[in-house]
Order: sequence, then C-alpha cells, then structure tokens
Amino acid sequence: MISYELMGISVLWLFLYGYLIVASIDFGAGSFAFYARSTKQDHVMNRLISRYLSPVWEITNVFFVFFYIGIVGFFPDTAYYYGSALLVPGSIAVILLAIRGSFYAFENYGSKTNIIYLFLYGATGLLIPASLSVALTVSEGGFILKQADAVSLDYWALFTNPLSWSIVGLAIVSVLFISSSFLAFYASRAEDHSALKLLRTYALFWSTPTIITALTAFIFLGQHNERHFQNMMDLWWLLGLSVAFFMVAMWLLYQGRRYGLAFICIMLQFFSAFFAYGIGHYPYILDPYITIQGGATSPSMGFALVVAFIGGLCLLIPSLALVFKLFLFDADYVKGNK
Amino acid sequence: MAVDTVFWSKMVTGMTLGFHAIFATIGVGIPLLIAIAEFIGIRKKDPHYILMAKRWSRGFIISVAVGVVTGTAISLQLALVWPHFMKLAGNVIALPLFMEVFAFFFEAIFLGIYLYTWDRFKNPYIHWLLTIPIVAGAGMSAVFITTVNGFMNQPGGFVMEAGHFTAVDPVQAMLNTATFSKVFHVLSSAYLTGAALLAGIAAYTMLRKGRSAYHKKALNLSMAAVLLFGLLNTLAGDVSAKFLAEHQPEKLAAAEWHFETEKGADLILMGWLNTEHEIIGAIHLPKLLSFLAFGDFNAEVKGLEEFPLDERPPLLVHYLFDFMAGIGFALLAIACLYFLFVFWKKRNELNKWLLRILALTAPLSFLAVEFGWLYAELGRQPWIIRGYMRVEEAATTSPSVRLLFFLFLLLYIALAVVCVLVLRRLFHHKPAEAEMETWLKEKRDISKEGGERA
Repeated sequence: MISYELMGISVLWLFLYGYLIVASIDFGAGSFAFYARSTKQDHVMNRLISRYLSPVWEITNVFFVFFYIGIVGFFPDTAYYYGSALLVPGSIAVILLAIRGSFYAFENYGSKTNIIYLFLYGATGLLIPASLSVALTVSEGGFILKQADAVSLDYWALFTNPLSWSIVGLAIVSVLFISSSFLAFYASRAEDHSALKLLRTYALFWSTPTIITALTAFIFLGQHNERHFQNMMDLWWLLGLSVAFFMVAMWLLYQGRRYGLAFICIMLQFFSAFFAYGIGHYPYILDPYITIQGGATSPSMGFALVVAFIGGLCLLIPSLALVFKLFLFDADYVKGNK
Repeated sequence: MAVDTVFWSKMVTGMTLGFHAIFATIGVGIPLLIAIAEFIGIRKKDPHYILMAKRWSRGFIISVAVGVVTGTAISLQLALVWPHFMKLAGNVIALPLFMEVFAFFFEAIFLGIYLYTWDRFKNPYIHWLLTIPIVAGAGMSAVFITTVNGFMNQPGGFVMEAGHFTAVDPVQAMLNTATFSKVFHVLSSAYLTGAALLAGIAAYTMLRKGRSAYHKKALNLSMAAVLLFGLLNTLAGDVSAKFLAEHQPEKLAAAEWHFETEKGADLILMGWLNTEHEIIGAIHLPKLLSFLAFGDFNAEVKGLEEFPLDERPPLLVHYLFDFMAGIGFALLAIACLYFLFVFWKKRNELNKWLLRILALTAPLSFLAVEFGWLYAELGRQPWIIRGYMRVEEAATTSPSVRLLFFLFLLLYIALAVVCVLVLRRLFHHKPAEAEMETWLKEKRDISKEGGERA
C-alpha cells in the first residue's frame, strides 16, 4: 500500500502538470493575441483564441488554486517556509494573476476594442510564469535565510544565480511553444488555414529556444544541486523519452499534418521531463527543510484529503469531459457555427 | 524605523476580504436568481424572463471574474501573510479548503458551459439544468469556506499537544458548533443581497428611464426574493445571536456594551461611551437582550467584565452590530411595504418615492454584509484561532507587508473602477427594451429562413 503522503505529492504533481499545460496555452494565447493586434494580424487569429479561451479561462485558474491548496493541506510546513519566503514574489504573482483574469473578462465580455486591456492581458501572460517559477527555483535550496524565528528569501543569491534565470527563461519559452502548438491544432480543427499557417510558424520558431533553455537549465541545476542532478541522471530514460517525443512533434509540425498528434507528443514531452524533474526532487519538497515524510500532515487528515480527492474527481472528470466535448471536439463550435 | 508587521498584516487581509466579500456575495446570490428567472421564462414562455437571465448572467460574469481573482488572492495570502497560522491550522482546516476548491471548480466548469450554450440545445430545460451545478457549486463553496471561519471561532476536532494539533478529526473540525449558524446566516444574507442588488438596479433604471414591462417583472421577482430571504435571514440572525450567547458570550457582550452579568438585560441601540465606560444617549429596550440571547426575558446574560482585559474584543463592534441588524430589518420592512402597495389597489407600487427607497436596497444590503463581517471578525479579536492562537503570533515578520498593502490597494481600486466602467458600458449602451426588439427580430428572421428552406 502506497503511503498517503506519496500519493498526495504524486497527485499534486499531476495537477501541477495539468496547470502547466492549460496555463501555458492561456498565457501564450494572451501574448499572441496582443502581438497579432499590434502587427495588425488580429483578424487572423483573435476570434479563434477567444472561442477557445472564453469558456475555459476560469478552469485554468482553478487548477492553480487546487495545486496550491492541496500542497498546503498535505504539507502544512510548506505554507510556513514558502509563505514566509515568497511573500513578495508570491504577492506579485497574485497581483498579476488578478490583473490578467479580470482584464480578460473585461476585454472579452465587456469592451472588445480596448487595446490597453489586451496589452495587460498579453504582458502578464509572460510575467506570471516568470514570477511563479521562482517557487521552483527556491525549492532547490540555498535561497532561504533561516534565523531563530523567521524565514526570508535571499534576494541577492536568487538574482545572481544563473539557475534562477535559466528557469525563468525556460518557463517563458515553453509557454510560447506549448501555446502555439495547441493553437495550431485548434486552428487545424477549425479549418482556419491562415491562422494555422501563422501558428505553425510560431510553434516551429519557439521549439529551438525551448530545447536550448531546457538543456541550459539542466546544466545549471547540476552546478547548483548535485544530488538532484544525479537523481535525474539516473532517470536518463525518462529524459530520453522526452527528447524523442519532442523530435516526433517537430517532425509532424514540420510536415504540417496530424496537429493533434503533434500536440499530444508535446504534452508527453513535457510530461516525462516534468516527472523526471519531480521524481529526482524526492524526498525533498524544499531542500533541505521539508521532506515528503517529515512535512506531511496527520494521517487522519491525509486520509480525509485522499477521500475528498477521489470524490471530487468523480465529479470533475465527467464535467471536464463535457467541456471538451462541447468546446474542443465539437467541430461546429470550433469552426464558429455555434 | 520598525514596521508594525502585525498591523499591516491585518490591514492587507481585512482589505482583501472586504473587497472580496462584495463579489463573493454576488457570486453566491445571483446564480439562484438567474436560475429562477430562466425557469419562469421557459415555463411561462415569456421572453422577458429569458432576457433577464441573459442580462443578469452577462453582468454576473464580469463580477465573477473579480471574485475569482480576489478569491485567489485571499487563498494565497493565508500562507503568505499568516505563515504561522497555516503551519498550525493547516493540519485541521485543509479538508474544507480543499473541498471549497472542488465546489468552485465545479461551478467554474458549468458557468463556462452555461454562458456559451444559449440556444444550443433543442430542449430549453437542458440549458436551464446547467444552472443547478452553478447554484450548488456557489452555495457549497460558501458552506465550506464558512466552516473554516467557524473553526477559527470555535476550534474543535483536535487535541493540543506541545504546541501542535494532534489526534485531528477533520470532519469534526468542520462541523464545529459555530458552523450551522454561520452557514445559515451567510447563505441567507447572500441570497438576500443578490436579490436586493437586482431589485435596486431595476428600481434605479425605472427612475432614470421610465417604467417598462421588463423592469416591472424584474422588480417583482427580485422583491419577492428579498421578502423571502429577508425573513430567513432574520431567523438566521436570531440563531446566530443565540449561538453567541451560549458559546462566544464576549462577542455578544461587546456588541451590546453589556458589561455586567445580569438577569433581564437590556438591548442597547446606538449611543456612545464616555471615558468611564458609561453609556450615553442610547435607546434601551428593556429585557430584550435576554430574550434575543436565550428566548427568555429574564435569562442571565454574561457581561464583558467576566473576561480578562486582554481577551476582550474592541467596543467599536457595537456600531457594526447595530448597523447590520438595522439594515436587515429595514430591508424586510421595505419588502413588506412594496408588496402592501402591490396588493392594495389604491396605491401605486411604482411611485417615485417608493422607487427611490427600493433603489437604496442595493447599496444598503452590501453595507450590511460588510458590517456583519467586520463585526464577526473584529468581535473575535484578539484571537485568530479562538483560545489557541493570537493574531500577533500568526502574522508574517517581513516588513515588506506594508508595501504590499499599498500595491494591493492600488490593484483593488483599479479593479473596482474598471469593473464599474465595463458594467456601465455593457448595460447603458444596450437598454433591455432595445435588446428585446433586436433579439425577437433575429429570432423571426431565423424562423423565416427556416420556413423558406422548408
């Protein structure tokens, strides 16, 4: 029987992965929408983007809250350490998320022509992944100052470390890569050829920096946290799988067919890399202060959370399937006939 | 200069919650009214009610957006601003927080579907059915989050051992003694406020632009809801007062400036205190506090002097309590007056003066929500978990929290201003009657096309 804390962290990691995908699509779409508007190409793809995003933007947001509440619930110590250390970057991320969510609604349901709203929406799409990635960097250890009764963030160490910058770079670039390849798929379903052409170019363009920044981040991780790096090297086959999926996706995109399969490959590419990273992190949640076993909540709460989780999934999965059926796989809706 | 981090932590959280409460209340209250309007519309085949549901949901989604983002803010601030609190209480309150997110998730999914599937189903009831998970999700998230607040007032479901909560029973913590009265009061007041908001808007529009069939129906429907939930809310308030008298007597005593324990205690309205803590200029309602607290005019009510000085809530809460309760009764009276005029043929329920009073229900009900929450939260000072952890032990120690207060203040001002502007644009440029006409015309065109094709 797998222990509840291990089960908890696995499920949460899965949800974080889910957030990574849906949020990347959303964050990237905002930047593309703004870029298209400012280069007067908006007629090509903005309708496409808003058709996909309007029904799902709230769901994206919940994925994040879900992960966050889950980790604080399963591992209350994370609230103390991360909460104390990340007061400023966390609050900035909250403010950016707030601007983004509300201005999306303002722009989309209210005034459809306001370029300032669109700018805020686009710009925050790149700043949020950057600010959220700080939490990942901090988890590697070495950025937290601990005194007798206070925990704080060592900004100097954070800003001068190449690891933090390479993670920020990776976050931004992969957002653009995931988003453009998803939107290319969506455009191909909508049989919107001009949008497809543009988005395919974006996807091909952002693929190179994605793989380069991933490699750079990996190298800097090796310099910063030897243990984590070694653990990941032991999972070489997962990393290899990730690269293989990437190659398949690139080949499909280059050939210009099977966009759905290409996007699935990209999802699998990130899935294997993300899990290699996560498993390599074990047993630490925050190196060296919080481990999965030491920081876990009481067994009764852990059990209750797992039960609530299973119950919740029974509600969620059919509902999400309904959303996909109505807005993603309904050809008439995607094409704009409904 | 040292920054008082406790003070600024309180300010940040108070401001975020105060701002969020407005949109959270709308988020819980309005879906029910949308569901009722759409149901009546389908039932009676009256396009006015369908249009009502459409227009309300269009405005609703704008406020939901602000509600979602401020809700995200408060959930993160729990750990960012109160790390010690989450470290301790996280072991006990994680379950309701987690379930709240599920309820919210559920609501978010179906809200997206609801908004984008008007006219997509042949059977109109299928679209209406989508409102059920929205109303349920909104209501349940209010229930779960209120149990957390209940826990902070009436902690239970654990054993305290060497500064840690052990032997945790999460379900018992959720079903603490405060939960029932709180949930009842929160839900009834949210539905009341949602109805009052819509009634206020209808009355205001009729004052500005003249009476119309659409707005008459909207006013009738929402005033009926005001009456119903006004009654339920009064009952909920009474249940809450009785709960306080039994379990949190210092909160009730502070609200009523009831210093000495006595039998047959007076209810005190307004007034002020002099330096010797004597009450001046107040209206005394003899023996009513005893009745309010225990349902018996001669029951003994505990006074504030029985509690140590450093465990007494601030005395300011008296005014908050009076304003909240006063507005609650005023709303009920306005609703009764309205229906008296409706049924009493000699009077016109849409005369200017009554409409002006009706327009006031919207801002008044939101004020009452704010006063009520402020009373509930200030009344539990100095505790964050009553009896276990004081507010000053829970706050962050980072001086940046002062800077963040101003950043969030800016954010909320911007959100409020733009939200109002967008809502005004949305409804001002498209009055209901004009929208009705274009909508019916479109429908005719479609059916004509269909007829030609056939």
